Amino acid sequence: MSTFVLLTITGLGLGAMYFLIASGLSLIYGLMGVLNFAHGAFLTVGAYSSWWLSTQLGGVGSDVLRFLLSAAFGLLVGAVVAALVELVLIRPLYQRHIEQVLVTVGLSLAMVAWVQATWGPTERVYEAPSWLARTTEVFGARVPNDRFVEIGVAAVVLVGIVAFLRYTRYGLIIRAGVENRAMVTALGIDVRRAFTLVFAIGGLAAALAGVLSGVYFGGSIDPDRGTSLLIFAFIVVVIGGLGSIMGSAVAAVLVGLVQQYANYYGSEYLDFSVLGDLSVVLMLAITLLVRPSGLAGKWSVAH
Amino acid sequence: MRLALRLGLAAAAFGLLAVVPQFSIDTHGVFSSELNSPGTLQVLALMLVFGAVALTYDLLFGFTGLLSFGHALYFAVGVYLTAIATTRWDWALWQALLFTAAVALLVPLLLGAVSLRVGGIAFAMVTLAFAEAGSKLVNQNPRGWTGGEEGTAVGNLPDALVGVLNTKHLYWIALGYLIFVFVAVNWVVDSSPGRVWQAIRENEQRVEVLGLQPFRFKLMVFVISSFLATAGGVVYALLIGSAGPRVTTPAFTLALLLMVVIGGTGTRWGAILGGALYTFLDYRLVEWSDKAFIRESPDLIRQPLSEPLFVLGTLFILLVFFLPGGLAGLTLPGGRRRGLRLLEQSVRTEPTTGTVEDEADPGVEART
Repeated sequence: MSTFVLLTITGLGLGAMYFLIASGLSLIYGLMGVLNFAHGAFLTVGAYSSWWLSTQLGGVGSDVLRFLLSAAFGLLVGAVVAALVELVLIRPLYQRHIEQVLVTVGLSLAMVAWVQATWGPTERVYEAPSWLARTTEVFGARVPNDRFVEIGVAAVVLVGIVAFLRYTRYGLIIRAGVENRAMVTALGIDVRRAFTLVFAIGGLAAALAGVLSGVYFGGSIDPDRGTSLLIFAFIVVVIGGLGSIMGSAVAAVLVGLVQQYANYYGSEYLDFSVLGDLSVVLMLAITLLVRPSGLAGKWSVAH
Repeated sequence: MRLALRLGLAAAAFGLLAVVPQFSIDTHGVFSSELNSPGTLQVLALMLVFGAVALTYDLLFGFTGLLSFGHALYFAVGVYLTAIATTRWDWALWQALLFTAAVALLVPLLLGAVSLRVGGIAFAMVTLAFAEAGSKLVNQNPRGWTGGEEGTAVGNLPDALVGVLNTKHLYWIALGYLIFVFVAVNWVVDSSPGRVWQAIRENEQRVEVLGLQPFRFKLMVFVISSFLATAGGVVYALLIGSAGPRVTTPAFTLALLLMVVIGGTGTRWGAILGGALYTFLDYRLVEWSDKAFIRESPDLIRQPLSEPLFVLGTLFILLVFFLPGGLAGLTLPGGRRRGLRLLEQSVRTEPTTGTVEDEADPGVEART
């Protein structure tokens, strides 16, 4: 029982990170039709920026303060890099989707290679507040505290994005743009400003996932972190339905849980530790066979 | 007449490549040693293999408009089955090859049937997911077959393929594979299914309206292209003498995409040239970055330049912006922009949802 609780909470923590990546991917795709391969690179760059600042801060203040400062810096860098990428590289290729995908592919390779060249290919120790590494007992399971932070942050981001989309003017424009971009443009609204905004939000969420992944994966970051998480975020986006935030949230929880359960029980009873990863791919295949447009193909909540 | 000229040019080029191992020419630093030294021949052979594999990818991407991110999987099937069958199961090479050929037809038939249920971007993501599953499986090292991180060696090779002095034999095998792929791709592209593939790239709905089933034709090109890629994996395994997890990674598929776009999407010579050039740079950039003028430049410049992927990725972005037709676009009239432009249609019309959408707007069906 305690193992099951631990797996559930850990799976939710993993799902939280998938959701943070997938929400940006999904919004960007929904609004602009761009499959953003560089999203994993935003995550890596955000995580490394945050790590860099934490090494510079040395012994300033308490460890919680240092963590919060460096995390905020990482998020800022993630958002700025993403907005710049949109302005400089994506915008000139407006409406040319293949070329946009190719540019993000080139960018994902070049940015990760740059990080690797600058800070080395091996993992770096990511300093997090000691409280996060301690455990709390839940139904007899000793759960690392960082899991609760990941789940909480993702929940806040979910509520924040949904509220932003529902109650602000820009959210309205984005929702309308996802629905019918040509019509919004015809009404005299410059949708392109929303593009930059969506990229910045996506980059911020990805960097947030990067920072949290530094804590989740035992206080370390490596240059390939973004790419490996990105693939599962893609799966989440497809299962959830392209362009749907709520769909992504549900799919992220499903994927995170299935992966954790199957990985654990697979290696425990079958001596096969990648069962979880394979099950997730199988889930994707089944979703496509049964419901090619994803979970949110029919119902959607933010509307 | 044009056909005769093209055949003549192809024969001349392949003939020239065939006699390379006979000449000991100083390469002036382009390669690390003379033209027919085993080291150079191996790099040349790899260039030929990846030129051909890039062409198999172009068959999918450039000629049919299917953006796959999982081509590495089929290449890796060839690499790993050759190694596993000859060492872990101790089969003779011909048995291993027969078995690999059978698997090379079955796997893409099965996975293609599932992933081709969706189109456009969703297809890209699904193929990526399947390839990732393959990659994880290889790293997991089930029953100790794949050797995990370290990989596994190829065994039971005939004497003529073992040893440094026999590198030229491997080179000729690589050239034979390139010629085989070149002839096969030329043949299928100009056949009647080949015309349907190109029609699917142009406008899938229209093909459907004409009473043809795009799904069958797409599955056909998927299986052919994957089969040829698996054959490339076999040649690669013989050439390297081992199987390593690098060829299973998504990064490898992305490399194939880069090769095709660098050379020229939807062109035959372009894809081959792109594959060869990419491989060449991938192997040589590391050594060049050790040259004095780079070594003495500040860290900020030196470090990124020592990463081939940084240079290739940046080069690739510049090419997409300024020469979307790739290298082949330089020679074609009006071809500078042709290559990628052809593909726009196939991604825009997203057959995912099965409805005809406003072509200017891919996001119409999406929901927030």
